[in-house]
Amino acid sequence: MADENQEVSTPPQRPAGRPDRPDRPDRGPGGPSREGGRKFFRRKKVCKFCVEKIDDINYKDVRLLTQFVAERGKIVPRRLTGVCTPHQRQLTAAIKRARNIALLPFAAR
Amino acid sequence: MQRAYEVMFIVRPDVLEEDMDKLISTLQGHATTAGATVQNTEKMGRRRLAYDVKKFQDGQYVLFTLQADGKAIHELERRMRVAEQVIKYITVRTDEEQQRLDKVRKLRASRTKRPPAEPATAENEGSAVNA
Repeated sequence: MADENQEVSTPPQRPAGRPDRPDRPDRGPGGPSREGGRKFFRRKKVCKFCVEKIDDINYKDVRLLTQFVAERGKIVPRRLTGVCTPHQRQLTAAIKRARNIALLPFAAR
Repeated sequence: MQRAYEVMFIVRPDVLEEDMDKLISTLQGHATTAGATVQNTEKMGRRRLAYDVKKFQDGQYVLFTLQADGKAIHELERRMRVAEQVIKYITVRTDEEQQRLDKVRKLRASRTKRPPAEPATAENEGSAVNA
């Protein structure tokens, strides 16, 4: 996941007036959609949990959680997955619990 | 103060089925004598651990759902720490989360009830009918 900063290398002082979020291409946890040249069409990212009405983010649901964990075991940031803030918070807690009981790795080899 | 908890623990992979049942029943016994009521016990089966725990790569997962107070949980955790067959455990308090979920579900149910009942009419009228 090191290639995120290449195309939209956000400088620390980004010019004012440039919208932050819609600038990024859609790249969900499952969708690798590489952008072929910057087009106008960029799908708005939406929170999976809001759309599918998943209220309960449980640490036992490994299948769900792995979608938001990078290959090396890191939690994928919100800006890449489009998860909304409240859900990301729950997700983070669930992933950390799952790590503690060896359902998810702390760091994958 | 009785609260809802979930206790998940991992039993060593080399423990036989009947020994595991015995272990589960003794742990349940300890929990009940400490003042907890075990509501549900689920054997989640054997699965690969995400990382090595005490040099084991597999584990047999067991899940307890119980109503207990802090003391009972403390006692149960102590027993599991001492038990050799248990290699890892986690206790999660679930009542607050459950409350929140019930609230969200109720809200959603009341919200979704309205549109199918009166799809064409104005919003305030639809709510008035339901109320």
